[in-house]
Amino acid sequence: MRKLCSLKELQLFSEELQKSYDGNKKRILICSTGCRARNALKIRDAFYNTLKQERLTSEIEIIETGCQGLCAYAPVITIEPIGIFYGKLTEEDVPDIIAKTVNNEEVINSICYSKNKNTYPYLKEIPFFKPQNKIVLRNCGYINPTSIEDYIRRNGYLAIAKILARMKPKDVINTVTKSGIRGRGGAGFPTGLKWKFANGYKNDTKYFICNGDEGDPGAFMDRAVLEGDPHSIVEGMLIGAYAIGATHGYIYVRAEYPIAVKYSTLAVKQAREMGLLGENILGTGFSFDITIKQGAGAFVCGEETALIASIEGKRGMPKPRPPFPAESGLWGKPTVINNVETLASIPHIILEGGDSYAQLGTEGSKGTKVFALAGRVTNTGLVEVPMGITLRKIIFDIGGGIPHDRAFKAVQMGGPSGGCLPTEHLDTPVDYESIKAAGAIMGSGGMIIMDNTTCMVDIARYFLDFCQKESCGKCVPCRIGTKRMLEIVTRFTEGKANQGDIEKLQQLAESVRDSSLCGLGQTAPNPVISTLRYFRHEYESHLNEKFCPAGACKGMFGYEIDHGKCTGCGLCLKNCPPKAITGEKKKPHTIDSVKCEVCGICIAKCKFNAIKPMPLKKQIVV
Amino acid sequence: MQPPANSQINDAIKGFNMNNQSLIIPILQAVQEKFGYIPPESLPIISKHSNISCSKIYGILTFYAQFSLIPKGKYMVKPCRGTACHVKGAKNVINHIKNILNIEDGQTTPNYKFSLETVACLGTCFLAPAMMINQNYYGNLDEKKVEEALKDYK
Repeated sequence: MRKLCSLKELQLFSEELQKSYDGNKKRILICSTGCRARNALKIRDAFYNTLKQERLTSEIEIIETGCQGLCAYAPVITIEPIGIFYGKLTEEDVPDIIAKTVNNEEVINSICYSKNKNTYPYLKEIPFFKPQNKIVLRNCGYINPTSIEDYIRRNGYLAIAKILARMKPKDVINTVTKSGIRGRGGAGFPTGLKWKFANGYKNDTKYFICNGDEGDPGAFMDRAVLEGDPHSIVEGMLIGAYAIGATHGYIYVRAEYPIAVKYSTLAVKQAREMGLLGENILGTGFSFDITIKQGAGAFVCGEETALIASIEGKRGMPKPRPPFPAESGLWGKPTVINNVETLASIPHIILEGGDSYAQLGTEGSKGTKVFALAGRVTNTGLVEVPMGITLRKIIFDIGGGIPHDRAFKAVQMGGPSGGCLPTEHLDTPVDYESIKAAGAIMGSGGMIIMDNTTCMVDIARYFLDFCQKESCGKCVPCRIGTKRMLEIVTRFTEGKANQGDIEKLQQLAESVRDSSLCGLGQTAPNPVISTLRYFRHEYESHLNEKFCPAGACKGMFGYEIDHGKCTGCGLCLKNCPPKAITGEKKKPHTIDSVKCEVCGICIAKCKFNAIKPMPLKKQIVV
Repeated sequence: MQPPANSQINDAIKGFNMNNQSLIIPILQAVQEKFGYIPPESLPIISKHSNISCSKIYGILTFYAQFSLIPKGKYMVKPCRGTACHVKGAKNVINHIKNILNIEDGQTTPNYKFSLETVACLGTCFLAPAMMINQNYYGNLDEKKVEEALKDYK
């Protein structure tokens, strides 16, 4: 790899890469990270083999990219330059794709994105991609994340070059402050202000840390950026380090993300070899280097003081703040910790200017935000939209709504620290304040969509179980409070709740929230508080009727068939293990509640939403 | 299973600068990587080299979910119990794995072939329910797909 020794050399190298890039060359972009869970690597190999057999390897290039966004269609590819997007591929599709689409620009409808019987072959026209505005994900899915040249060709490392050539740390901080960007890890603290504080503390050693300990279940945007565009993190850290005067940095990444660990390690190595990290970067006298630290599996280490403790080789337990890390962080030195998504936005902000970024979004929440759509939604995947767009737009227009025409019940935002928002809040704009006022938090941007088969009491129990397991044990309210709350909510899900338990739960939730030491404990009651606020009737039903209306809590419901909806197709009858379902073809069927084992196979098979949970008592009377 | 010899343990940790507390987690990660677990026999050795007391090392390693003091199987089966997976039926998937392997969460089969360890979130929520077996990802699981995936490792 060639070492760049001056700003001029980097500029020339970038121009050279752009000039030698043939935009008209046929390319197949294959997601080789997230899509691995659906055989992407086998598909990739099939493409390589077919090209070899057809002697097309010099004409057609294969680019192994990171996440392309529309994960529901995994494994996915994009064919350039015509811009056709295909998904749900099998190895058998590969020869056809090359013969028809790549060679002859012929569309294969069966593997296109489709909605309401319309097919959308071109990526630009797909309703999932159309409303998006990709800044953080600008390179994800377009470049090979293991190639530093790919990154540089797309204006990579030009932001740090711009800074080193003609900006003082103060100017950098001003630009970032002007952009209005707030920390994307969850708390939403203004990034410019954080940098300003750290810059203000005089010390010969300062640290800059990238927080890639993405622990919120349901969030996978940091994973996608670390796997799909790791150099943007390295560049973002360089810029931040220059702004605060740091000489060393850490990327703290979860060991549960092996591809992210591998690619970020590689990116740091490449940048160092090219002279973009280390001593005297590009001959400017600025020095900064990065070490990769693997998390060892503790959710609380996403909290900044716990993360610092973990890097120092201690148990990852939080400390009271102040002092904030900007004053006294890693080994007592001024330290800035920024989230992956924040850092990936920084090079763009520097190149385009703070004002241009601040035009996107709302008054208090500027720019774009990446959301991870998962759960009961048609288009699971990664979505980047300007702040201020409504939840409805994200879930229904981009996300494609709820599969099987089931009813939307709630969206869970912000992971274990967040809350569940019901239908009446679908028109809430996504910005830090509105989401908070509605009872959830922006958090890292995970959105889990729930339909009427999800029990909200069970969800509250799920999150309490999570927080209780992840509580570090240092402070009493969190250690014992979450345990007691879990016991109460578990009583609800087992039909053993007592009168007064709802009130007790509410009171306990408020105490834990008000008296815990760190963010984990203070926010752990949020899922309980928000479900009590919007779904109190479900708690009451579990308490008074011993009935789980969603049909999720075992032993608290049976099934019945809605004769208005049943078409008598016979699918449930055929699949029922204890043969509890009877009925003539094309006439509504009936479930024998005595024989029924409530296994749930019939409800999963029914295409007409005709099977629904019912209270057990009613069954016995009938 | 035989615990490793002291020389093997020394081998695993020899590359580390021992006067640096911040390296204790990477050291433990290296030991775990080499043996698949942290042999309790290695604690006094690490302690002696690093000048960190055994009790402190024990405190650190039991804090983090990644570390184990008992031997693990050749194949780590890691089904996700994240929110998206939970909403999409991870419970049934996990129960099915337990039935097939005949072990509970955190246990290892008697022949040390499989260990079962549920994970808080694999970041593969888009293809929920998901799991990993060693470094391989599996998504959109149902009972049949679980059986097929496990078959590859028998």
